[in-house]
Amino acid sequence: MSTLHTVNKSPFATQALLSCLNHCKDGDAVLMIEDGVYGGMAGSGLSEIVAEKGKSVALFVLSPDMTARGIDASRLIAGVEGTDYAGFVDLVAKHDRTQNWL
Amino acid sequence: MTTKKFLYVNRKAPYGTIYALESLEVVLIGAAFEQDVSVAFLDDGVFQLTKGQDTGGIGVKNFSPTFRALGDYDVTKLYVERESLEERGLTEADLQEVTYEDEDDDWAEKPSIRIISRAEMADVMADQDVVLSF
Repeated sequence: MSTLHTVNKSPFATQALLSCLNHCKDGDAVLMIEDGVYGGMAGSGLSEIVAEKGKSVALFVLSPDMTARGIDASRLIAGVEGTDYAGFVDLVAKHDRTQNWL
Repeated sequence: MTTKKFLYVNRKAPYGTIYALESLEVVLIGAAFEQDVSVAFLDDGVFQLTKGQDTGGIGVKNFSPTFRALGDYDVTKLYVERESLEERGLTEADLQEVTYEDEDDDWAEKPSIRIISRAEMADVMADQDVVLSF
């Protein structure tokens, strides 16, 4: 049993990503969407926390939201994977439930 | 009409909320009143100026090129906070180039974006007659 978590807020504006990472279980997946994609960027004050969590949960960002914001895939934290809308649907189908961290 | 100093403060990332687009709209409207306008970008607001934005995949208008038109409306002071960039893993090289033509200097093309410290940003804010927040 596993959960897909989605986060749609900037990690610099709210605690949503941190709270999500602090509550998800090994084997879960976290998908960062909309302004949440900034959480996948390397070199920020939060990158190390996100990278560490990536050892036990699968981390994704929604690529169209990254591209819209001018973030190239090369800027992602190692281990964070880009996905498209079809991949989003696959993640929802693969996990037992989806939890949105608004 | 007396000229007042107006500052538009941008603290939100683009596209996730409507604040950034609305701010730009208000700056353009305000520019018609020939006031002394400055625009500040701090906290997540610095994300508004990243280069290479392409919103084709999310079906909303890419308004980032509009920043480059501000110079034509005499909006030539775009202050960006250095600490906010650093906290987000960004540098000035990640921002698009925005310029204006200086009528007092034979229309020389000059950069509109000025990277300043948090302390300097506080000084800019304290120097205004009107502050509008987004």
